[in-house]
Amino acid sequence: MQIRVTVNGRVYESDVEPRTLLVYYLREHLRLTGAHVGCDTTTCGACTVLLNGKAVKSCTVLAVQANGQEILTVEGLERDGELHPLQKAFWEEHALQCGYCTPGMIMTACELLERNPLPTEEEVRKGISGNVCRCTGYVNIVKAIQSAGRVLAAQKMDPHNQSEVVPSGN
Amino acid sequence: MIPNAFDYFSPTSVDETIALLQKHGYDAKILAGGQSLLPMMKLRVAMPSVLIDINHVDDLRGWREENGYLRIGALTRHADLENERNLMDRYPLLSKTAEWIADVPVRNRGTICGSLVHADPGSDWGAAMIALHADVEIIGPSGVRRVFIDDFFVDTFTTALEVDEIASAVLIPSPIGRAAARYMKLERKAGDFAIVGVALHVVKANDGTILDVGIGLSACGDVPVRAKKAEEWLLGRPLDQETINQASLLAQEEANPATDLRGSAEYKKDLVRVFVKRGLEEIAEELR
Repeated sequence: MQIRVTVNGRVYESDVEPRTLLVYYLREHLRLTGAHVGCDTTTCGACTVLLNGKAVKSCTVLAVQANGQEILTVEGLERDGELHPLQKAFWEEHALQCGYCTPGMIMTACELLERNPLPTEEEVRKGISGNVCRCTGYVNIVKAIQSAGRVLAAQKMDPHNQSEVVPSGN
Repeated sequence: MIPNAFDYFSPTSVDETIALLQKHGYDAKILAGGQSLLPMMKLRVAMPSVLIDINHVDDLRGWREENGYLRIGALTRHADLENERNLMDRYPLLSKTAEWIADVPVRNRGTICGSLVHADPGSDWGAAMIALHADVEIIGPSGVRRVFIDDFFVDTFTTALEVDEIASAVLIPSPIGRAAARYMKLERKAGDFAIVGVALHVVKANDGTILDVGIGLSACGDVPVRAKKAEEWLLGRPLDQETINQASLLAQEEANPATDLRGSAEYKKDLVRVFVKRGLEEIAEELR
C-alpha cells in the first residue's frame, strides 16, 4: 500500500505491506535507526516515537496508520547541529549506560514536558513508567528530565536565555 | 514479531465500516487503538485476514453530553479522559480509572470502547463501566441499539456484539447529585493487569444518604463483576463506618476470582474487601 508520511519534517512516500509495523518502517525502509526494537510486546518503550505529538510505541502501530500523519523520532530533535535540551541533559546527568532505552525515554519525556513543563519527581516517574531501563536505574534519568524541563521553560520565557529556572515551592 | 498478512481497509464512515463487516464476516477485525489487537496479532493469537481501521471515521470521534448521558465515542483514547478537566467533577471515575491503565504511550493510543469490546475480565474499563451503569451503543446493518453493560459482557473475550456490528460509543448516565469515585487497583508492576481492581462510584443526595452507587470488580470472574448485593445494601443509607464495613463484606462474597500467578483466590477476595472498605471511606470523607 502506498503511504505518505512526514518524519522529522521530511515527507516520505513509500510502498509498504499493511502488516509492516511502524518501527520496522522507520528502521528498515527509512534507515532511521533511532527508535529501537526492544521487547516487541508493547512493554519496554524503546521504540517510542511521537505520532502527531503524542508518544506511541511504534512496535504497536502499523506503518499504514501513519499515512498522512507526522512522526517525530529522536533523530528529529537536534536543531542545526545543536542537541535538544533533553539530549544535553541526558548527557550531563549521565542518564544512560548502554543507551538502548534512551531514544524511547527521551521521546516519552519530550511529550511529558510539553504537557507538564516542570514535573515533580513523582510525575516524571509516572510519566516514564512505560519505558524500561535495565542498567542505570531511574535516578539520573529523572534528574535529566527535570533539568531539561527547567531549560525548556527558561527558553520559552526568553529564547536567548539558556540558564535554568529554579521552580519556587519545593 | 510480524503479524500475519491481511487486507487493510480504512473506511471514513460508519456505513462503509458496516458494509465491510457484512462482506468479510468473521475474517475481519476492527482496528481502533490496536493496543490489544496488534500484540495479539504479532503473537498470532489473532490472525484476521481483513483489518478495518476505523481511525478515519469522524463520527466515532470525541465525547459530548446529551439527553442525560455522557456519550464517549469509539475513538476516544484513554489519555483523552485521563486529562480532561471538564469531566473530572461530574465523572471522576473516568480519569481515576484511566491513569491506572498500562502507561502513557499505550493510553495515548488505546480506546475505551476497544477495551470494552476486547472484554478481558481483568480490564480496568470493564469494572469502571459496571460501576457507572453504562450502556454500550451498537451500530449494525439494521440500525442502532443499546445494551446495558452487564448484558454486554457475555463471557471472557465475548460480548453481545454480532459479527456485523460495531460498538460506536459508551453512554454514561449523568449524575444528579454530588459524585465521588475511586479506582483501587493492585498490580505486580507498574502498568500491569490488575491482581484485583475495584471501581467505586457514589452519588450523594442532599440529605446525606446514597442516591446512586456502583461497584465494579476487575479480575474477579469470567467477566467484569457487579457487586450487586453491596450496591443494594448501600442505596438510601448514610455512608457511615458500619454501612461501609457491611458493604465490603457483601462485595467480597460476590467476587469469584481464580487462583493464578497473580495470587490465590482467597487473597484476592480479601483484597476486594479491603479495597471496597478503603475506597468507600475515602469517598465518605470527600463527600462529607
